[in-house]
Amino acid sequence: MSGRLFTRSFSHSIVAPLAMLVVAFALAAPSKAAETGPALDPANADVGNVASLQSGARTFVNYCLSCHGAGLVRYNTLLELGLTDTQVQDNLIFTGEKIGEYMRTAMPARDAKEWFGVAPPDLSVIARSRGADWLYTYLRGFYRDPATITGWNNTVYPNVAMPHVLWKLQGERVRKEAPVMRDGKEVDDGHGGVLKSVTFETVRPGTQSVAEYDRTVRDLVNFLVWIGEPAVEKRKQLGVFVLIALGILIALSYLLYKEYWKDVH
Amino acid sequence: MAEAKAPAYDESSLLGRTLNWIDARFPLTVLWNSQVAEYYAPKNFNFWYFFGSLALLVLVIQILTGIFLTMHYKPDALLAFASVEYIMREVPWGWLIRYMHSTGASAFFVVVYLHMFRAMLYGSYRKPRELTWIFGCLIFLCLMAEGFFGYLLPWGQMSYWGAQVIVNLFGAIPIVGEDLAIWIRGDYVVSDSTLNRFFAMHVIAVPLVLLGLVAAHLIALHETGSNNPDGVEIKKLKDARGIPLDAIPFHPYYTVKDIFGVMVFLLVFAIIMFFAPEMGGYFLEYNNFIPADPLKTPAHIAPVWYFTPYYSVLRATTDNIMWVMAIGTAVLAIMTMLRLRSSSLRIATAVAALVVIVGYFTLDAKVWGVVFMGVSVMVFFALPWLDQSPVKSIRYRGPIYRTALALFVVSFIILGYLGVLAPTAGRTLVAQICMLVYFGFFFLMPWYSRWDSYRPEPERVTK
Repeated sequence: MSGRLFTRSFSHSIVAPLAMLVVAFALAAPSKAAETGPALDPANADVGNVASLQSGARTFVNYCLSCHGAGLVRYNTLLELGLTDTQVQDNLIFTGEKIGEYMRTAMPARDAKEWFGVAPPDLSVIARSRGADWLYTYLRGFYRDPATITGWNNTVYPNVAMPHVLWKLQGERVRKEAPVMRDGKEVDDGHGGVLKSVTFETVRPGTQSVAEYDRTVRDLVNFLVWIGEPAVEKRKQLGVFVLIALGILIALSYLLYKEYWKDVH
Repeated sequence: MAEAKAPAYDESSLLGRTLNWIDARFPLTVLWNSQVAEYYAPKNFNFWYFFGSLALLVLVIQILTGIFLTMHYKPDALLAFASVEYIMREVPWGWLIRYMHSTGASAFFVVVYLHMFRAMLYGSYRKPRELTWIFGCLIFLCLMAEGFFGYLLPWGQMSYWGAQVIVNLFGAIPIVGEDLAIWIRGDYVVSDSTLNRFFAMHVIAVPLVLLGLVAAHLIALHETGSNNPDGVEIKKLKDARGIPLDAIPFHPYYTVKDIFGVMVFLLVFAIIMFFAPEMGGYFLEYNNFIPADPLKTPAHIAPVWYFTPYYSVLRATTDNIMWVMAIGTAVLAIMTMLRLRSSSLRIATAVAALVVIVGYFTLDAKVWGVVFMGVSVMVFFALPWLDQSPVKSIRYRGPIYRTALALFVVSFIILGYLGVLAPTAGRTLVAQICMLVYFGFFFLMPWYSRWDSYRPEPERVTK
């Protein structure tokens, strides 16, 4: 075997790898415009707020369920929101279904595909794939656009097939573009065009104020988050107890380990 | 028949009589003593030695939770997605079992990667433990197969398209590729028949092999005895009873220590499982909550985090890197030839290298991407023979190996990170550099591990 003996310390062994790490992450950093997409507003969903969930459930069955199903959720799941059988049956079931049945839409998928070009997705776990913030921004992002088939367009989902179902609440908005002026001059947007600021103008007010509508959507998104995982509160509550128990077991097993090992030298 | 031995336990107690009765028919006491109570392990195990027993723990978690999931899961393309959500919603404690299994899958890889890294720190794969290492590498392959087959089962968009992408890789193999891919899928695209067979592989075939390999891994380990952070053979110095001076019995010393390790591990496991089971989209990908749709390809398909280093190698293999790979292969072949004594072996090496280099420019880069990805996984098998250092442990190795190992870990992490992102020109370049570092770590090891300086190993273990 070859090889020389050494006595030096080698803290410098780590310098090259660390430099490599820094350079690589600098080169690989996500480019903002390309990947982050439009800015999302925080939904601040709170599945512990039962009043908000009840309000969201009402909006959901009134506005969403006619086209979208929540086919993995049974109506009696709603009993967990502090409601009785009769309350659910009278206020939240419109289609004559029994309380043990799944929240299916009345609209046949085949018709939906013909009318909208795409079957509306099931919403049972939509909050788990899209995220609460996306839904919150999306449902508040509709505006009038005569260029589309439905007459509506959306800020976070351009040319979406879904019309603005909540328009009576939010009212009608139009998109306004104006060039950004800096020192009295137009600004280049870096793509050969002119940098523009986008604003939305309400042309016909809805039945709710902006604050009220935000709240309606927040409750609805909250409800969607909750049906995405109805066990979420139970999960976190149980988790606290498990962590406490494990904390005790860690202490005990550590003492046991030290007790046995005190005679190992 | 073997000669009757004197009963080992007190005949006057029921327990003693029972144990004597069993020992006369089955070597219970012999097994317990040889594998646990009188299995002598070095006394200087440190933090890194927790991960072997933890891997066993996660294996048990996965098998137990898997059994209960199988009771409610439906391996049917029309029912699979909803049956997983049925488990999450309507099966009592189903959400807990499912999250244990999904968190366990990632935990398995975390634990096994750290376990493998331990072997690389202290040269545990070196003679005489080559077979323990090889069984371990086979376990790792089985684990990757388990992860791959299992990930299709929830039948979400990422399940579906991830499987589609990986099975299509086999299609890159010249001549037989397309037919092979169809044979694996049982269809022209990933479909119900694919789901059914992946389910069979996930719950029966691979776990059976895995359990056998775990047994072989442990038997081989207990034959040679464990390595330790100093990389010295404790069996060289024994006391009058033939017990190594630096050893302690595995039970009770390491059983109580490992129980403590298990509790700390379970705490981390519970924090993730109860408070962040999706782990920010890394353990459960967001797109996998959209049911599989064969007509809608997601814009960005990323495998789960534990496969991403190898996936990055696949993507980094583009036409423009083949020149670099050709030069690397040529240099490696020349260096190998200089080491070989027999002229027929030299000629064989030259011919093999020539064939490979010609192949780099005649076959599609996609084919080589698959090959390099395979090599990046399989190369671990060769470690015992690539490493030529006179010492085992990092504690006594010189700056070259230390730098090389650190560079390898960094490139592994960067490749893993890049594998979850969509590729850009800059990222592909970084991935290519990391791929070269990754392969350089292994294939240049016979030289740099020999050139490196070292300190002499001590006679006895330290601390």
